[in-house]
Amino acid sequence: MELVCPAGSLPALKTAVDNGADAVYIGFRDSTNARQFAGLNFNDKRAAEGIDYAHSRGSRVFCAINTYPQPDGWEQWKAAVDRAAGLGVDAIILADMGLLDYAASRYPDIPRHLSVQGSATSYEALSFYKDNFDIRRAVLPRVLSLDQVRGVAKYSPVELEVFAFGSLCIMAEGRCYLSSYLTDESPNTRGACSPAKAVRWQETPQGLESRLNDVLIDRYGQGESAGYPTLCKGRFEVEGSVYHAIEEPVSLNTLDLLPELQELGISAVKIEGRQRSPAYIADVARTWRQALDNLERTPGMFTVENNWRNTLSGLSEGGLTTLGAYHRKWK
Amino acid sequence: MMKLSLGPILWFWSKQTVFDFYAKAAEWPVDTIYLGEAVCSRRRELKPDDWFDLARDLSACGKEVVISTQTLIESEADLRRLGRICDQNEFLVEANDQSAVQVASRHHIPFITGPSMNIYNVATLRVLAKQGLKGWNLPVELGRETLEQLITGLKQEDLDLPAEVFAWGFLPLAWSSRCFTARHYNLPKDNCEFRCLQHPDGMELRSRESQELFRLNGISTLSGSRYDLMRELPAMERMGVNTVRLSPEHQGMEEVVKRFDQVRRGEVPATDPLQLVEAPPCNGYWYGKPGMDLIG
Repeated sequence: MELVCPAGSLPALKTAVDNGADAVYIGFRDSTNARQFAGLNFNDKRAAEGIDYAHSRGSRVFCAINTYPQPDGWEQWKAAVDRAAGLGVDAIILADMGLLDYAASRYPDIPRHLSVQGSATSYEALSFYKDNFDIRRAVLPRVLSLDQVRGVAKYSPVELEVFAFGSLCIMAEGRCYLSSYLTDESPNTRGACSPAKAVRWQETPQGLESRLNDVLIDRYGQGESAGYPTLCKGRFEVEGSVYHAIEEPVSLNTLDLLPELQELGISAVKIEGRQRSPAYIADVARTWRQALDNLERTPGMFTVENNWRNTLSGLSEGGLTTLGAYHRKWK
Repeated sequence: MMKLSLGPILWFWSKQTVFDFYAKAAEWPVDTIYLGEAVCSRRRELKPDDWFDLARDLSACGKEVVISTQTLIESEADLRRLGRICDQNEFLVEANDQSAVQVASRHHIPFITGPSMNIYNVATLRVLAKQGLKGWNLPVELGRETLEQLITGLKQEDLDLPAEVFAWGFLPLAWSSRCFTARHYNLPKDNCEFRCLQHPDGMELRSRESQELFRLNGISTLSGSRYDLMRELPAMERMGVNTVRLSPEHQGMEEVVKRFDQVRRGEVPATDPLQLVEAPPCNGYWYGKPGMDLIG
């Protein structure tokens, strides 16, 4: 299985490559990718430098152009595909059907990967993308259980990549408009979820409050650690109880599932986090490299080492990790 | 004149409630009725044959009927149900996922896409037209300007693909494999005891300042405010919108339909407020603002 790591900047890209990433994924510095953050992502010069660096060390570079262009953005998004092609990326990660069509007809030789934002959760959906745009690989949404991944993998017409570690989107990616409902930006339209421009922190007599476009997302008591106000991970009231009504702020960690994912024929595991620092990327990439190497070296004998577990726990939201939807115990 | 449609029932109602609802709807001035379960695979009060019987009845009453498919397809069983819906030649299908586009197109069944299909540009519509697309819904997070550009783009390419707009009801905003209703009751999803039946219009999720944010409805999350584009009907008509979708609720629906029907006929001032069911109104998406906003 390949290790696919995030790179929000050139230093992060180099770090990921140096620590064993088989491939890194990057995006341009605009809303054409689903992780638009101030000060992150790549211009053409940096991207070219990153691609050179990765290629000279045997790693590949994927370029994510995985937001959904509206008519007034069409030329810009199309140009992003042209730029990626011109830079010589190893694959373009796309979600929009129109853009996939453009890339497939214009650059048939550049592999196309279906982004997780494309929201394909069945082999029929994968067949749609394979038949129409000849995609080579698809990233599965983080909503499937392991059994369901097994079902998809069994008949999948394309390579599969699954999320292995990082923040946990609990809604089917590409079909979540919660963010634009509260702010005016969503992953689909602007490559942003709970955008920073709408966030406000305030110390009040009731505690520290986090707000998203003035909506109270969470309130923290003394000594409680405060998380970024991602709206689906706030504390709300439902029928008189206040709790994390949608999801706790936890991270996904599927180290324990590696042998099963391998057995299912999964081609790649993906680390989330283009917004993370190079130091974070270094720790995560190194840990997963060791785990994957171990998996290859000791068939049938794979065990998760404590130091991997500790490293990853320390890097997780709230220090908590979960197998997410991969197991079916969650409520 | 623009058509009025009743979207699929997004909530979980008992079989009798569903039958009673459509018995009344047969008499309402709606042109198109979407039937079927679009949210949760565990909601099986009505079997596929029940839906088809209902479809035939409503069809006989002069309604155009479309069978809706599940939005999040996760299992072999979900695909079997999808196959069953597409294995017929009586009714159009509402595809709510690429799986449905693939299966419908394989069966040569013409289809309409629901609002959860990501149609953001004309190139996408062109792709789907090749598969048998006969009409499409604007994704709920898009507004007037984009819609206008899409309709203009279609005209320029000579593509006849009628546009439908979700214009009244709680906006379906997200789908998950987690069930938030089961979570609230501390039940595993696979043994949810069908608690959604107790919440015929979802469970209110409020901020700790009592702001109505969302409605939890099984695996789906809807808006806490009710989208209401009644005042925009004349603008939609000018733009060339073909159908206006009203999302079923278990109370007050007849009045809603009646009022929209009046407005599309130009019989009442478009500014007349619609205060039928308790819930704050919103229309922000239409104006390119946060969806929860109320403009004007």
